[in-house]
Amino acid sequence: MADDSGKHLEVALVAAERVVWEGQAKIVIARTTDGDVGILPGHAPLLGLLQGGTVQVRTVDDEYFVAAAPDGFLSVANDRVSILAENAEMGHDIDLEEAKRALEQAQAAGTDSADEQEQVRIAEARVRAAEKVS
Amino acid sequence: MPASLRELRERRASVTTIKKLTRAMELIAASRIVKAQQRAQAAGPYARELTRAVSAVATFSNVDHPLTTEKPNPKRAAVLLITSDRGQAGAYSSSVIREGERLHQLLREDGKEIVPFLTGRKGIAYYTFRQREVAQSWSGESDAPTFARAREVADALIEAFLTPTEEGGVDEIHIVFTRFVSMLTQRPDVIRLLPLEVVEGEEAPAADDVLPLYEFEPSAEDVLDGLLPKYVASRIHFCMLQAAASELASRQRAMKSATDNAQDLIERLTREANQARQAQITQEISEIVGGAGALADANAGSE
Repeated sequence: MADDSGKHLEVALVAAERVVWEGQAKIVIARTTDGDVGILPGHAPLLGLLQGGTVQVRTVDDEYFVAAAPDGFLSVANDRVSILAENAEMGHDIDLEEAKRALEQAQAAGTDSADEQEQVRIAEARVRAAEKVS
Repeated sequence: MPASLRELRERRASVTTIKKLTRAMELIAASRIVKAQQRAQAAGPYARELTRAVSAVATFSNVDHPLTTEKPNPKRAAVLLITSDRGQAGAYSSSVIREGERLHQLLREDGKEIVPFLTGRKGIAYYTFRQREVAQSWSGESDAPTFARAREVADALIEAFLTPTEEGGVDEIHIVFTRFVSMLTQRPDVIRLLPLEVVEGEEAPAADDVLPLYEFEPSAEDVLDGLLPKYVASRIHFCMLQAAASELASRQRAMKSATDNAQDLIERLTREANQARQAQITQEISEIVGGAGALADANAGSE
């Protein structure tokens, strides 16, 4: 919508025990189970499950960051975007080497139970977020 | 004479040590309460957004999710009892356990079988001592519960709820915990966790806060499938945080009165010790005087 061009999104990236990031952004790109979705100001209300675990945000100051949000979900309404994930983390807070080691460990532990699969997914999301940011 | 001077002094010394101890515990509890309250506050946004999202899905789709469906004719009820790991917190644990017993009574009158789940060593000790069967229990970190622990508990409870009753599952789940009303008041409370009643009284949306028409990705059912377990975990986390703050507040109060009592006792013992010392001195003087008098009499007689 043309009259939305001056607007911005209020974004909140929330983990279970703290707010990871809160601020204004121009665009949020997230991958839901149906594919990548880019959210601009004026987007229709949306509730989606995240898959792949990374979210990309371009802030109003043209800063760009990636966050890991494994098994999270996204809610958009009235230009407010909330990304909820129990273990949300900022990409630049993650040490890539450490994340890769954690992934290897998780994969070595096996993928038999749902719990182990979840560990692998969390580790993958962290690696991906750390890679994108660097 | 009631007690010897030495005994009184020893008792006073030991009470002084106890006072130092309770005083330290009081201060520790006081500083941890602040942290517990901060944690409860930090968990607020997540719970709020989640509640909002869940009520949005529930309002706009005719959901028929297993977690929200009331089972006809419930036979087995699970009760999650949240207690503390450590004592020295006054009546904290016993009052929440009593509330749990009351709920058990109520459920039994309705003809339901009870499946207990416990967190906190105090509750576990209570059940083990009475040799009651416990479905599952967790201990540790009762005064600083993490979300991971809440998830663990939630997963176990959801699994029990989704198992058919005949195979050892349950039909409803209640939580007994202590609600942190203020620093002075903490009230044991019961909530029904499952089947879910989605819109919570505590954070009900305001009347003018109309929920927008959401699009769902991939579908309302799938979103709900993903959201509800998180919602359950978040509510358990909320209860645990409340319980933790209550535990610390009770401990602070209990330790404060213990310190005050120790102070009173020290003052009393000091007085008694002084009295005993004075009595001893008086006796010594009268003995000396008496001895001197007797000596003088003896001397006077021999001359």
